[in-house]
Amino acid sequence: MAVLLLAEVNNGELAMDATAKAVTAAKALGDVTVLAAGASAAAAGDAAAKIDGVAKVLVAEDASLGHRLAEPTAALIVSLAGDYSHIVAPATTDAKNVMPRVAALLDVMVMSDVTAVVDADTFERPIYAGNAIQTVKSSDATKVITFRTSTFDAAGEGGSASVETVGAADNPGLSEWVEDKVAESDRPELTSAGIVVSGGRGVGSEEDFKIIEALADKLGAAVGASRAAVDSGYAPNDWQVGQTGKVVAPELYIAAGISGAIQHLAGMKDSKIIVAINKDEEAPIFQVADFGLVADLFEAVPALTEKLG
Amino acid sequence: MKVLVPVKRVIDYNVKVRVKADGTGVDLANVKMSMNPFDEIAVEEAIRLKEAGKADEVIAVSIGVKQAQETLRTALAMGADRAILVVAADSVDQDIEPLAVAKILAKIVEEEQPGLVLCGKQAIDNDMNATGQMLSALLGWSQATFASEVDIDGDSAVVTREVDGGLQTIKVATPTIISVDLRLNEPRYASLPNIMKAKKKPLDEKTAADYGVDVTPRLEVVKTSEPSERAAGIMVGSVDELVEKLKEAGAV
Repeated sequence: MAVLLLAEVNNGELAMDATAKAVTAAKALGDVTVLAAGASAAAAGDAAAKIDGVAKVLVAEDASLGHRLAEPTAALIVSLAGDYSHIVAPATTDAKNVMPRVAALLDVMVMSDVTAVVDADTFERPIYAGNAIQTVKSSDATKVITFRTSTFDAAGEGGSASVETVGAADNPGLSEWVEDKVAESDRPELTSAGIVVSGGRGVGSEEDFKIIEALADKLGAAVGASRAAVDSGYAPNDWQVGQTGKVVAPELYIAAGISGAIQHLAGMKDSKIIVAINKDEEAPIFQVADFGLVADLFEAVPALTEKLG
Repeated sequence: MKVLVPVKRVIDYNVKVRVKADGTGVDLANVKMSMNPFDEIAVEEAIRLKEAGKADEVIAVSIGVKQAQETLRTALAMGADRAILVVAADSVDQDIEPLAVAKILAKIVEEEQPGLVLCGKQAIDNDMNATGQMLSALLGWSQATFASEVDIDGDSAVVTREVDGGLQTIKVATPTIISVDLRLNEPRYASLPNIMKAKKKPLDEKTAADYGVDVTPRLEVVKTSEPSERAAGIMVGSVDELVEKLKEAGAV
């Protein structure tokens, strides 16, 4: 069995955490070849070669691959697909954009957000916002999979895989990149942070989200938000934790002013320790919390910030 | 320009999902079903394009059980002009996979020649997040997924996408497929007069066989199980007690 793994490459840099977690999942399926694609991807390829369990790295550099546009990236993967039984990627927004396109071009189904490998054909994945776990067995010749990174540990470093270059496929030229609006932050990345502090509708405004951020900064944590908070404009979309946002499983998750809709729980209930602060004692978030505090978050969160650290 | 909007009938997003005791799936008997929330956003966007004079006709399509007719009537009541129901399943327990749905949609696109397909980014039942991308692949069209802003301008569309790092804006050639995210718009409620009017709007009924598409699943569902439950936690009385517990647990 041979596995092709699409590395997560952003502006020439390897997203090590997401890629190394996908490598852990992929290793169970066979020899792992990592594909690093981008306008510049050589450095990312060299970094991927050091991940334990990677047998080979393919580097594809071309201007058309610069912004992970789905059409040229999918065409590249399809041009390489013949050598592999499995084509996999970490379940990032980039991969979720590209991999179903790859699957349809190969006339196979995609399996998204896989959380466990049972055998080479059989996988577990959450459905209904994680309220059920489905075990599916694929009859397709090539398995196309995205792995939910929060359920796999990152593979270590210390490998020394060989690195080869491959050419890009013809760019169908259907789309072009215009701009990225990426917030610069010194905080840890949400999906790999050890601690996440999240705010919900109860926070009430963008200004008041600063008390959530202050607690996060005191703990060296990432900041998350519920859909309600993002929809209300209190927090940017890339902070959203939940069924359709990011799925996180930190050591400690602190939810303040979040009621706990099932769509939010889907994104954080695998956290090791969950703390809920909410003034409504009936809030469903308390049913998944290890430690619950019925309190006004505007008093409790600043007090917590002061007393911790 | 015609706009095609695929809509899926799914369990209502407020309903508590229960796994069947025999592990064969999720209990959908006597459960409230609604239009997939992301698809409602797609329908709303299509209607707004028509209201803005950028689209001439909005066609809603649903593929699944016969009862999906109700979902299509909802789309018609919101403002879609006509609907196509493709009956592809006998039982609500039979989910038609995104690949098969995309193949049927590709045939409908050939017939109807829309300039734009607007679809939800994922269905809240199988959470696969695939149909739009697959349809785009089968047609050889451009794709713009997870849209939070859409600007159609003649032979191209500028789309802002919600991605892990923030927002990405791309320009795609039309015809194109746009999959919509939560913050694109707020769908309207259908008014009672519009619900009445929707009953008279055309709704064509077809089958998967009419399009020559085999809907046999590629993924066999071996079993469906409950997720692992979290052990019950404790309530603390004060911030001080919380700090103490977190320190005991080694969490801070």
